[in-house]
Amino acid sequence: APCPQWPYCRKRCSYCNFNTYVVPAVDEAAVRACLVREAQTLLRLSQVHSVSSVFFGGGTPSLASPGTVAAVLEAVAAAAHLPAGAEVTLEANPSSTSTSCLARFRAAGVNRLSIGVQSLDDAELKMLGREHTAAEAWKAVEVARGLFPGRTSIDLLFGLPGQSRDAWAQRLEVALGLCDDHISLYQLTLERGTALAAQVRKGALPTPPQDLLADMYHTARTVLVAAGFRHYEVSNFARKGALSTHNLSYWRADQYIGVGPGAHGRFVLRGEGGCSREARVQTLEPVAWMRDVQSQGHGTRSRVVLSPLEQLEELLTLGLRTDEGITHERWGHFSPQLSLQAVFGAPGEARALQQQGWLVLDSGGLRCTWAGLAVLDSLLPDLLCQLQRV
Amino acid sequence: QEKLDMSTYPVESIRNFSIIAHVDHGKSTLADRLLEITGTISKTDRNKQVLDKLQVERERGITVKAQSASLFYNHEGINYLLNLIDTPGHVDFSYEVSRSLSACQGVILVVDANEGIQAQTVANFYLAFEAQLSIIPVINKIDLKNADPERVEKQIEKLFDIPTDECIRISAKQGTNVEKVLHKVIEKIPPPQCNTADPLKALVFDSTFDHYRGVVANIALFGGEIAKGHKIVSAHTKKRYEVNEVGILTPDEQPTHKLHAGQVGYLIAGMKEVAEAQIGDTLFLYKQPVEPLPGFKSAKPMVFAGMYPIDQTEYNNLKSALERLTLNDSSVTVHRDSSLALGAGWRLGFLGLLHMEVFNQRLEQEYNMSVILTAPTVPYKAVLSSAKLIKEYGKDHITIINPAQFPDKLSVSEYLEPTVLGTIVTPQEYIGKIITLCQDRRAVQKDMLYIDENRVMLKYLFPLNEIVVDFYDALKSLSSGYASFDYEDAGYQAADLIKMDILLNGNPVEELATIIHNDKAYAAGKLLCERLKETIPRQLFEIAIQAAIGKKIIARETLKAYRKNVVAKCYGGDITRRMKLLKRQAEGKRLMRKIGNVEVPRDAFIRILKRETDK
Repeated sequence: APCPQWPYCRKRCSYCNFNTYVVPAVDEAAVRACLVREAQTLLRLSQVHSVSSVFFGGGTPSLASPGTVAAVLEAVAAAAHLPAGAEVTLEANPSSTSTSCLARFRAAGVNRLSIGVQSLDDAELKMLGREHTAAEAWKAVEVARGLFPGRTSIDLLFGLPGQSRDAWAQRLEVALGLCDDHISLYQLTLERGTALAAQVRKGALPTPPQDLLADMYHTARTVLVAAGFRHYEVSNFARKGALSTHNLSYWRADQYIGVGPGAHGRFVLRGEGGCSREARVQTLEPVAWMRDVQSQGHGTRSRVVLSPLEQLEELLTLGLRTDEGITHERWGHFSPQLSLQAVFGAPGEARALQQQGWLVLDSGGLRCTWAGLAVLDSLLPDLLCQLQRV
Repeated sequence: QEKLDMSTYPVESIRNFSIIAHVDHGKSTLADRLLEITGTISKTDRNKQVLDKLQVERERGITVKAQSASLFYNHEGINYLLNLIDTPGHVDFSYEVSRSLSACQGVILVVDANEGIQAQTVANFYLAFEAQLSIIPVINKIDLKNADPERVEKQIEKLFDIPTDECIRISAKQGTNVEKVLHKVIEKIPPPQCNTADPLKALVFDSTFDHYRGVVANIALFGGEIAKGHKIVSAHTKKRYEVNEVGILTPDEQPTHKLHAGQVGYLIAGMKEVAEAQIGDTLFLYKQPVEPLPGFKSAKPMVFAGMYPIDQTEYNNLKSALERLTLNDSSVTVHRDSSLALGAGWRLGFLGLLHMEVFNQRLEQEYNMSVILTAPTVPYKAVLSSAKLIKEYGKDHITIINPAQFPDKLSVSEYLEPTVLGTIVTPQEYIGKIITLCQDRRAVQKDMLYIDENRVMLKYLFPLNEIVVDFYDALKSLSSGYASFDYEDAGYQAADLIKMDILLNGNPVEELATIIHNDKAYAAGKLLCERLKETIPRQLFEIAIQAAIGKKIIARETLKAYRKNVVAKCYGGDITRRMKLLKRQAEGKRLMRKIGNVEVPRDAFIRILKRETDK
C-alpha cells in the first residue's frame, strides 16, 4: 500500500506538528518526478505484486495538481498490479476543493476523499488556525459526497481548549447531519512546539481537564454508534461497511510503502533478497529529499530491521486499537511458533486484565472490550511486559 | 628542604589568636590581609580566602575546616611568632570553634560596620568570653556606603561591655588599619602560659587525611616539645604512635625540627584514620601521661538524613565515596540503612544542616556522586515501660532514628524529642512575624532583649525537628534577610509523639511513615496526601490515599481512575514514536513498587522523600 506524501501547506495550523512546509512556490514538476521515481524504486525493492490501497497524505495533498496524482498512480500501476477496485484516497482541505478540482482528481484515479473539517464552528476554526469557515467546510463536504458518494470521510477534533461538554454535543449533532459514512474523530493533542500548545502553556488558553475529555469521548462513541456507525478503531467510525482499507493496513501490520519527504514505511525488501520487515523513513526536508531521489532513486533516510519480537510488539500495539483486535491467524503470520493463547492465555497480566473486564481472548482472537479500548494505553505496558518475558 | 628552627621563638614572643565573627563579616578576608602584611604570602590580587582550601569553602564563601597559619612579624625590634587559627564560622561547628579557641589566648572579634552584631557574633563572643580570652573588637567594611561604625561600637559596648575606644575600625578588603590590628594583637593578647620543660601536652584542634602521608593533625602545644621520633599516646583512644614529622603551617606545610610549648603547627605520626586524631583530644609522651585538656567530647549529630544512590547499581561507588569523605570528617556518623523504595543506603548524622549540605556538595564535587537525600530526621528517644522490649534492647532508654523502630505507646512511659536553644537577632519591625513563626514551630520564648534602639535579640527553645527542614529559610524570607539565627543543643524534652502511616487503598507504605508531634500530624498528613495525589499516576481503579495514626484516619485524598487513556492517532509516522514510549513505560513497570494493587513508580517516592529545598 503506497503512501505518497505531498509535504506542502499554505499555512501551518496552530496544533500541527507534521513534517510539512509552507513555501512561496513549489516546483511541482520536480516534486512530481521525484515522487514517481521513488515510488517506482521502492515498489521494485519490495517486489509487491498487488497493491490494495493508495493514500495521498501530507501536508495538503489537495494543493497538488491532479496531474501529479495521476502520474504517481500510473507509476504504481506500472510497477505492480493496481486493481480497479483498490481504494485510492486523497486528503483534502475544504479551502482547496472546488467541484471542478475534485472532479479532476476523480478523473486522475482518486476514488475516496478525506476532508479535514476539524470543526463546524468558526470561532473554533480560528483558534485552530484553519484556512476555512464552517460554511466553506459544509459546502466542501456536500460537493465531495456528490462526487464520492459513500466514500467521503471527515476529520473532526474534540477537546479544544475551553470547549464545554454541551458545545461538543451540539457540534456532533451538526456533524452527523452533514457527514457521509466515515468519520475520523480525534481528541486534540497539544504537541510540544506547536503554537496552540504554547498558548495553553502560557495560560492564554485553558487546559482541558482529563475527565471532561473522557466524557466527550464516551459521548461521541455512544452517539455515533446510535447513529449506525461501527466504532472500528480508537478514533475511526464507519457505517455501511465504509471502513478505510488503507488505515486498516497499518493496524493489521500489513506492508506499506512511504513515498515522499518524511514518509514512513513498513515492508520487506524482497528485491534485495531480504526476508525481514523493515521500518523505514524518507528524508524529511523536501529539497534534500529530491536530491537523494535524483541521485539514488529514493530518499530513504533510515531503515531499521524489526526483530520478530519488535514486529509482534507493533502488531499488539496497533491491533488492539481496532474492535476486531488481533485474530489468531494474523498473530500466527508473525509468530508461527507461539500462539496468542500460549503467550496471553497463561496466568499473567492478560488474564488479570480479562478478569477486570478490559480485554477478551477467545476464538476470535485478542481484543479490547468496549471499556478497554478507551484505556488501551494503560493496558499495553503490562501486555508488552508479558510478551517480552516469553 | 631546610627545616625551620623554632627554638628561636621564646614563649614571650608567641601570640596564639583566632578570628571570630558572624558569617560573611570578613573573617577570612582579614586573615588574607594579615598573611600578606606579615609577608607570609606575597601581596597579589589573587589572595582571596587563602586559608579556605576546600572547593566548597571557596564557592560558598565559608570556612568549614579550621586551618592555622604561623606568621612571623617584627615589631619594635622583636621577632614575634603569631599563630592565627582560622575557625569555622557556622553554628553547626561551634564545637570545633570552641576547641580552636582553647588553643588561643585571645581573639579578634570582627563585626560588619553595617550589619552590626548578629546571632553568631553573640555566640562566638560568649565562647571566647567563657574561655577567658582577650577580645579585640574590630569593625570591618568601613569602606562600604552604609557603614555606621559608631552605631556598631555602641552595640558592642551595650552587649559585650567593651568600651567603644577599644574598637579598631578597618577595611580588610582595602587593608585600612589592618596593621593596627596586628599591633593590638601583640600588645593586648598575652603570650601562652606554658613551659618547654614540662612534659608534652598537645591539643588536637583539627585533622585532615592525606592519601600519601596519612592523618595530619593540627596541634597546639600546652607544654613540652615534640619532634620526629618521639613516641606519643592519644588520651582518648589510648593508642601509641611514633612521630614522623612536625612542622608549622604558613599556610602550607613547612617541616621543622621541633615544636615547642606555646607553638601551633601540625604533626604526622602514622595515624590511619582521622578518628584516631579527634578534635579536642590530648597527646602526650609515652610513659609520661598528663591530665587531658578539658572540654573534649565526641561529635554529637543533630540532624540525620537518609542517603541513597540514585540507582542501586551505584551502591558500591557511593560506599567508597562515603568511606573516603568521612576519612576527613570524623563528625559525620554513618549507619547502614535500607528503604523498600530506595534500596540499600545509609542514615548519616550531621552536626547541622550546613554540615549536611556541605557534605553533599563535597560528595558531588570531589567524588562526582549524585545521591538521593531523604527528609532530615532527628534522633527521638523513648523511655520503655515494656519488660519485653527492655530486655530486647538491653536498656530502658532507647534512641529512635528510623520510624520503623518507633515503639508503640503502650510499651512506652515517655517519648522525648531533642531541643535546641535558638538565638535570633532581628530589626524590630519583624518581631511580630518572627514571634508568630516561632510559635508556629512549637517554640517557647526564653528571653527578649533590645540590643539597641533598632535591634532585638530573641531566645527561643525549639524542638529540633521544627527547625531542621526550612526554619532558617522561612526566617530569612519574612525578615527580608535581616534576621540571623544560631542555636545550641539544649537536651531532650518530653513530647507527644506519634507515628504517622500513609496508606494506599488501605495498604501501608513503609517508606513514607514519619514520626511527628501530635499537634502537627493533621497538617503534615494532609500535605503528604496532596503531594502523593500529584505524584502517583492514575490507574484503572480509584486510589484512596490516607494518612493514619494507628487505626485513625486523619487525612484523605482520592485519585480517580482513568476513564480515557489512549492516544488519538496512530498511523505510519506515529508508530515508531509510540513504540518507544510504550516500551519505556513497560520498562518502568518492572521498576514499579506495588503496594497492594497500586503501582507506584520509584521516582514518585524520591520526589516525596527528598528534602524540600532540592525540589
